Amino acid sequence: MATIAAAPPYTQAKAAPADTGLWSWLTTVDHKRIGALYLITGLFFFVVGGLEAAVIRAQLAVPNANVVSAEMYNQLFTMHGTTMIFLAVMPLSAAFFNFLIPLQIGARDVAFPRLNAFSYWIYLLGGIYITVPIFFSVAPDGGWFGYAPLSTKAYSPQINMDFWVLGLQILGISSLAAGFNFITTIINMRAPGMSLMRMPIFTWMSFVVQFLVVLAFPVITIALVFLQFDRFFGTNFYTVAKGADPLLWQHLFWVFGHPEVYILILPAFGLVSEVLPTFSRKPLFGYPVMVYSGILIGFLGFGVWAHHMFSVGMGPIADSVFSLATMLIAIPTGVKIFNWMATMWGGQIRFTVAMKFAIALVGMFTIGGISGVMHSSPPADLQQTDTYFIVAHFHYVLFGGSVFGLFAGMYYYFPKITGRFLSEKLGNWHFWVSFIGMNLTFFPMHFSGLLGMPRRYYQYDAGQGIELFNMASSIGTLILIIGTLFGLINVFKSWKGGKLASSNPWGAATIEWSIPSPPPEYNFAELPQIKSRYPLWNMKEGEPLVHETTYEEEKDLHIPTTKETGIVMPNPSIWPLITATGIVVMFCGLMFMEKNATLAVAIMVGGTAWWVGSLYKWLFTPLEDHH
Amino acid sequence: MTANSATAAHGDGHAHGGGHHYTSLGLDNRKIAIWTFIGSECMLFASLISTYLVYKGRSPAGPYPHEAWTNPATGEVFKPILNIPVTSASTFVLLMSSLAMVLALAAVQNKNLPKHTFGERVLGSSKLWLWMTALLGITFLGFQAYEFTSFVHEGLSIRTNLFGSSFFTLTGFHGAHVTAGVLWLFTLLAIDYKRGLTPADSLLVDICALYWHFVDVVWIAIFTLLYLIK
Repeated sequence: MATIAAAPPYTQAKAAPADTGLWSWLTTVDHKRIGALYLITGLFFFVVGGLEAAVIRAQLAVPNANVVSAEMYNQLFTMHGTTMIFLAVMPLSAAFFNFLIPLQIGARDVAFPRLNAFSYWIYLLGGIYITVPIFFSVAPDGGWFGYAPLSTKAYSPQINMDFWVLGLQILGISSLAAGFNFITTIINMRAPGMSLMRMPIFTWMSFVVQFLVVLAFPVITIALVFLQFDRFFGTNFYTVAKGADPLLWQHLFWVFGHPEVYILILPAFGLVSEVLPTFSRKPLFGYPVMVYSGILIGFLGFGVWAHHMFSVGMGPIADSVFSLATMLIAIPTGVKIFNWMATMWGGQIRFTVAMKFAIALVGMFTIGGISGVMHSSPPADLQQTDTYFIVAHFHYVLFGGSVFGLFAGMYYYFPKITGRFLSEKLGNWHFWVSFIGMNLTFFPMHFSGLLGMPRRYYQYDAGQGIELFNMASSIGTLILIIGTLFGLINVFKSWKGGKLASSNPWGAATIEWSIPSPPPEYNFAELPQIKSRYPLWNMKEGEPLVHETTYEEEKDLHIPTTKETGIVMPNPSIWPLITATGIVVMFCGLMFMEKNATLAVAIMVGGTAWWVGSLYKWLFTPLEDHH
Repeated sequence: MTANSATAAHGDGHAHGGGHHYTSLGLDNRKIAIWTFIGSECMLFASLISTYLVYKGRSPAGPYPHEAWTNPATGEVFKPILNIPVTSASTFVLLMSSLAMVLALAAVQNKNLPKHTFGERVLGSSKLWLWMTALLGITFLGFQAYEFTSFVHEGLSIRTNLFGSSFFTLTGFHGAHVTAGVLWLFTLLAIDYKRGLTPADSLLVDICALYWHFVDVVWIAIFTLLYLIK
């Protein structure tokens, strides 16, 4: 097996910009730096969401505790869900989209580098916007699903849900912009020879996810617009007395919300599908089937939303259809599980920390998946819905699945991102303590849930047989926090002080491992030419990944070489950040609507002028210097 | 080319359709991005339109789109709200704007062809057809402003009932899209006046045209589902 470190054979077209200092980070358009920003910010919000969970579990450790008030408890579980979904797991996935997609398809950057920076900044600002209120006890308190009419002015008169409605609108802009960007990148920026069926599986799963994002987020945008208008302008979308359907929100929300579940899990699936073959020293078993099942999961994911609503009484036909569709989606998911096991079967397995997290995903996700199939049956679901059984189910798929998958990816790709390994010793502590903590936290919830303990109640009485399970869950959370702490210490220690890594330290097969760790700003000195699905495993010793001159296999296609063009990289730009700030100012204006409408309109007009002006500045500044 | 040249307007692209950078499909990235965006917008308008249709006929109190309504408490009589002849006219205006947009794109693409007759010079004027598109768009918005104010005078506001909320939100969203399109057209005009749009800029006009036609098609759906079908 050959590993090639592509040395930069040509000087860059322009002087490299200063690579350190605050300004370079504020103006960066480099997908790798933006990926690093997403990683750090996502980990930060993961800690915030984890601390919220810790308070929740402290409150529930013993019957009738009074650690926090009922009002604060509502804010905590709302923000725990909102933070983990929108501010931790999605951005951590985005960290890998950013870092890996261009590297895996052999591109120098994403299709729209400045739009990519914009996505990050508006995510950061939206995250701050929605998180800060909890320090003033005015955080959103209507659940991460924000069911209207409960979240309308009549039932949530305070400012709390305003933060949620506007915060999610801001975060939606980030996801949508990234979705357009990555779809274009994957369709149009693939290196010569990188056909769709040669794409690394992580890029494939990301591709599916981006379609889910661009098709699902507009629906919640509209649901939130209705809620926003109801709250701020007195419209009637969710006013039942005026004839509104109390299920309108639920339908719109879950048409978004169920694809969102796959938005959270498919990137993790993609990551473990990279980790398992490398550490089994075998190609991914059934690559085409893995691709098709990912597409099928994405497709079916749009047709199962009402299984979140079995208890509202939709009638037997709707219940049956959504029940069957839900059972159907277990098939492509099960196919993936079996393919992962078949990948490991007979392989030369190396039990690195990344591999342990990946194997843990296969096991833990299966537990969560099976309990998911249990409540695809409406009669069973009626017993389980709104109990801790559901909480157990989705934490097995989201923590045991998404988060473990993301950690697998983090340990696997950290050497590529930073040039240094994460410590395997601390990593083993991280893995085993988290694994024990996770199971101790969430497994007992199956029992407390089946015994009837409802979700979202801030207290429970003694003598119902659930004290032991709750105490176990709370102790488990403490262990989980300690485990996560090992992981965080590992990241901070290893970022500058870890063992140095070579370009392909794990002996992996895909082209991101052909370039130095960390990759140079331009990624590939020459665009690589892809001839197989596993280029670094298939090529002969000493064979270069790029040809000496041009890629003339297709005679009419002349691909300019680096020798001809130099390496043209996008210039840094501050305008994405300024544009994002203007949009957030515009949304902030709405918050003053009730107190001072003139001020509100003034801020909104000012914010709009701000972002439109800066958008024009951005669009009329060329991305690159001409040459 | 100077760094401040407006050539690279719109997106992170390059003057000559991505000529310097290899792309897998040979298409400019912006072309793919705009189609992706349009796909996403379909879901946006689908959500708005289905909410309108789900709420049709659910409102216990009028006024209503197609039927007269007497307020039982006051005895006040409200006419049917929607004025189909007026909206037919505005629909025609918007459809004609799409034709002008097609001609504007053709004019930019054929800028370098020799033009002998008066007709060829008229058809070949990108400024004329961009102005025409923008003005027809503004006319449509004028119709919408008239429609909105007259509905409010007739007793239907966005707060009145479910019909008012869903109607004004849906058509207002569409109007906002037309407004954004008009701004985009004026931006293209500004470039055209500053340095002239050439066939190399076709893509800039092309992606604007795709957006404009999309917004037009959405209006055809709205006009059919809201106005024509009772």
